[in-house]
This record gives sequence, C-alpha cells and structure tokens, in this order.
Amino acid sequence: MESFTRITAIAAPLMRINIDTDQIVPGKELVRVRSEGYAASLFASWRYIGEREPNPEFILNIAPWNRAQILLADRNFGCGSSREAAPMALRAWGFRAVIAPSFGGIFYNNCFRNGLLPVELAIEDVEAIASLVMASNGSRQVSVDLDAGRVSAADRTWSFDVPATLREMLLKGLDQIDLTLSRMEQIARFRERDRQVRPWAYEVARVRA
Amino acid sequence: MTSLSGPKTFFEKVWEQHAIVGLGDDTDLLQIDRLFLHDLSGSAAIRKLEASGRRPDSNAQVFAVIDHLVSSRPGRGPDETGSRGGGELIRDMRRLSRDYGITFFDSNDALQGIVHVVSPELGIALPGVTLVCGDSHTCTVGGVGALAWGIGASECEHVLATQTLPQVRPKTMRVNLEGELQTGVYAKDIILFLIGVIGANGGIGYAVEFAGPVIRSMPVEGRMTICNMAVEFQAKYGFVPPDDVTLAYLRGRPYAPEGEAWERAVAHWRSLSTDPDAAFDREVTINCSQIEPQVTWGTSPQQVVGIGGRIPLPEEIGDAGARDMSQRALDYIQLQAGRPIAGVPIDFAYIGSCTNARLSDLRAAADVLRGRKVADGIQAVCVPGSESVRAAAEAEGLHTVFLEAGFEWHQAACAMCSSGAADRVGGKRVISTTNRNFEGRQGPGTRTHLASPATVAASAIAGAIADVRQLVG
Repeated sequence: MESFTRITAIAAPLMRINIDTDQIVPGKELVRVRSEGYAASLFASWRYIGEREPNPEFILNIAPWNRAQILLADRNFGCGSSREAAPMALRAWGFRAVIAPSFGGIFYNNCFRNGLLPVELAIEDVEAIASLVMASNGSRQVSVDLDAGRVSAADRTWSFDVPATLREMLLKGLDQIDLTLSRMEQIARFRERDRQVRPWAYEVARVRA
Repeated sequence: MTSLSGPKTFFEKVWEQHAIVGLGDDTDLLQIDRLFLHDLSGSAAIRKLEASGRRPDSNAQVFAVIDHLVSSRPGRGPDETGSRGGGELIRDMRRLSRDYGITFFDSNDALQGIVHVVSPELGIALPGVTLVCGDSHTCTVGGVGALAWGIGASECEHVLATQTLPQVRPKTMRVNLEGELQTGVYAKDIILFLIGVIGANGGIGYAVEFAGPVIRSMPVEGRMTICNMAVEFQAKYGFVPPDDVTLAYLRGRPYAPEGEAWERAVAHWRSLSTDPDAAFDREVTINCSQIEPQVTWGTSPQQVVGIGGRIPLPEEIGDAGARDMSQRALDYIQLQAGRPIAGVPIDFAYIGSCTNARLSDLRAAADVLRGRKVADGIQAVCVPGSESVRAAAEAEGLHTVFLEAGFEWHQAACAMCSSGAADRVGGKRVISTTNRNFEGRQGPGTRTHLASPATVAASAIAGAIADVRQLVG
C-alpha cells in the first residue's frame, strides 16, 4: 500500500459542489479487466472534447495546473457510486491529496487504500487556499502534512483530522488485510459466541448445488 | 461488546453486535455476514485477492450475480452485453465464482437480476445482518432491516480475505415520515422530496433510520425504494427496522432460515427495534401529506421540484455553491430557470433499476398505461429488476399492458441506469425511474429527469413531463 506523509505542490481549484464519481471517472471507462491506465479516464467528460481532444478551458489542461498534485473542491466531493476507479484515476493522474469541506463516504474510505489523502477543511478555508493559488497563478504552492495534520500555504496554516486507523494506514503504507489477519484468533472467539446467538447469519442455506 | 445500559437505536444494537474489536477513534472491526459481488466490480476484488495469494475466509457467505454488463435484450445470450469489453468481465465473474465456490446467479438463471433486487427477494439480505457489496446502492436492502452499505473493490477484497471490515462508526439520524400520502404519490416522491429538503450532502457521516406512520404502513418494496436513495444524500446506511411487514415479506424466501431457525431468528429480530427513548444525533420530520409527485430538473437529485412547480431562478437559491451548480446544471440539461417542470418534452421513458423495478413499481406504471398509448416518437423501455419480478409480472399479464401501450419489455439488468445502453439514450432527454441524474450517467449528453414509475408512465403517454394525478384516482 502506498504511504503518504507530506507533500508541497501546486493545488488546482475545481470549486464545485457535488462532484460525483461519474464525473471523476465516467461509467464507460470502468468496463475493463486491467486496473492500469486510469489517468486518461480522469474527468474524461469535462477534460476532453469529442474523442479525447483536450478541452482547452478545463483547468487540468492548463499550465501550471496540469502539474497539480493537490485538488481543491467544494463540498460532497466523490459523491455517487462506489467505483474505486475514482481515487485510482486521481492518483494515477498525479494527485496525492484532495482538499474539500466534505466527501462522499465510500469515496473517502477508498482514497486511503489508493495512496490518496482526503483532507476536510471548512469551505472558507478551502476558498482561502483557492484564492491564494489563483492570485499567484499557481506559483504559490500548498503543503499537506498528514503526520502533523496540517495544511499550509503562504504564512497561513489550517489543521485537519483523520480517523486514527486510516491515518496510521496511510502514514505507514500498511496493508489492512494483514493487520486483520493477525487478529484471526480474536475474530474466531467472537464468532464462536456470535454463532450461538445468530446461527442463521453463518449457516447459509445451500439452495443451489 | 453490547452494553446493557440505556435505550438504544436499531443501528446501535446491530453495530455493537457486529463489533469484534474497537480499533480506536470510533473505528470498529465489524463481522460481515454477507458479501455480494457483481460483474462490474466483483471480479476486480477477487483478482486482487488472487494476486496477494490469499483465499476467501468464508465463501459460504459470499454471493455473486451478473447484472451491470449483461444486455437486457429479450432473448439475450449469456455473455451479450451493451458495454464494450463487458463480455470479458461477465466471463471472468462466472469463472472466478466457480473457482472460489461462491454462490453464483448467472445471466440466464431464473433467479438472476439486479443485485439489490435479488438479495432481499431470495432472503439473502435479512434483518440485522451486515451486508456489503461493491455498489453504492447496497443500502437498498436496508428496506428489510439489514445494515447494508456500499464499499470499494479494496474493501471487498478485505471482506473476501477476512469476512470482516474496519469501519468508522457513523452518527445516527432518524427521518420521521408523518402524514398521509396523496393519490399519485409514491415512495420515490418521498425520497426525492427529502433529498430536496436536506440536500445531496445532508446525510454525510450518518446512518439513517426511516420511521413514522408512512413507513410503518408501507410495503417492503416501497421501503427499499426509499433506502435505495439514502446514498443520494450521502448516508452510506439507510434502513427500516424489521416489523410484521418485514417478516411477512421474508418468510419462505429461498435463503431465509426455516422452521425452528426461523422462529429463533424472528425473536432476535424483534429485539432489534429502536427503544422508545433512544436518542439520535439528528432528527428530521417530513409531512408527507404535502408532497406532490416529484421530478428532478438538474444534474443532482437535490435539484428537484413538485410537478406543479417550476425550476428555481438563481436568485431564489440561497446557497452559493448550489446556485453555481444550478447554472451549470441548466446549461447541461438545456432548460430555462423559472419554467414549469410539467410540459417539458421528452424523448425517452425508462422504467427500471434497483430503485424502481420491483413488482409493485411495474403494477403502478401498468395502472397508468392500461388502455393508453405512448405518445408518437417517444421510445419507452421497461426492464424488470429481476427475472423473478419479470415472471411474476408476466403471470399477471403486466407485460401485455406494457407492450400494448408501446413499451419495450426487457430482461432483468442494470441496463440504461448505468450507461449500459448509452447508444440508445445518448443526447436524449429521458424521464427515468432510476436514482442518478448526474451528467452523462445514462449516456453521453443524456439529460435525465428522475421520477416515480407512475410519473414516468404518465409522461410517456403525454410525450412530456406530466402530472400522473390527472390520469389516476
């Protein structure tokens, strides 16, 4: 699992509410066996005109924002479907963090398993950062420090929280499945008790051969 | 983990029964009772598992179905797909299910259908179980009192490998549905109205219990329509705690417990009800008597209006973010602010999806269509939510009603909800019983208006967005 500690990078503002996962990666981009190559799928409906011709008005097609590693957005970023291709595409394109007032719940979890940090800041703070970077035409870089739980730009800093287990996982690049497998004895004890109370939850009828 | 102190909500009881160990900071490692996989996200999860050399921890608790990619065309072949590359994923899911001993419903199985329609219909989703699936609308089966939510492919892999999942515990919200539904108003109208009131982000971080007299008197299928769209206001979890209506629905379903096991389960399920004095972090009350049929006008489900209403002017939208989004949405949807929603001409009418393709939905639409015809030039398609629903509908002659009215009658699939037939709806204006009106959701440039099956049927007849109350009651 890819870890994240801190970065300092260009932050691109895409200050819209409810940017859904169908916009982050359209459905037709999902039908594939391989998980590589999602960078080209990112924001495909907004980024391209016709067949993959870059839309000159879309921010990620414009220098210096085309080198951004931090995305700024308004509330409810990543709402919609559970497609893990959404954080995968953001990461593959080059993003390491998204800063927004709130995130879709499934998307939020998916980020941590794909080396992408979702940072929740109040809308006033995201707007302040967006103003700073826009005023400098991107030359003012933004720092995101997961270890310290801090975003900084120019001489300003903002604190953010991340649930402890997710923070730990991303900081150390831990494999959560390994962590859980190391608890299998404890899990087995739980199941032994639970099975007495809720046998139907474990003993699934074998209706089909 | 269960503490004896104090009154508890349904959610607290179920969560605590599944919490194996606290991991700190409101995160618990949860026992997962059921994992459902589908052809679009399922094989990716298994391939991840394969790549790491792991095996499923409890394949008896894992199920899989073909729904997203298979064509809905009547008489379809087993790998026939409306999505380029879809056949390969269908074959992949089939092979991996067999290799790993996962209970599998293939595309030509009489029990096949949309995952969230199939799982309660077969009694795989049960009250008080944790059920996850790589699909955001998994909350649908909260309608039978399951604690069910959508997860990503990596979380699916975690469940496959361990039959557990670490999750941050959400806050609790209760939505009280008071009053009485008017004629022509359905579960879909309630949930669209609610999202209009609290916004597409109003449920972030919450598990939502739907309660009140309107819910208690509502059949399980309507409850599933409401729970289906909990995720459209960003509540990962939505549910109706089990009651007599739930038990009557589930008894005798193929995978539900039987005999003594059923009686034991029922006693347990009854103990899960929210205690009278239990407290929620947030309560919302909706007077359902005031709700008229709802139709969305934009590209977020919160952009919704009653059929007698009009699209709001930008200056009528107080929130800056929502105002900005409304302008963007109107550009996409090609409508003027201020115009009435009724009378907007449509190209296509669609009845289907995990929101509104159960038997009661098809009956409601058929009641409107009976003896009437779809307007000239309008394409109209009905895709039953499962092959069981299709068989039941055909047994009572509903397919004849649809066909005589000018609707196409298809086989069960996700179909035109998730760009599965984008070539047919691309660029068109569609009135649809689905759950998402996002830009491009149903196809490139497709402009989607969400509504109930009855409203879709009435609009198909009128050739424009129409008030179903003028045709029924």
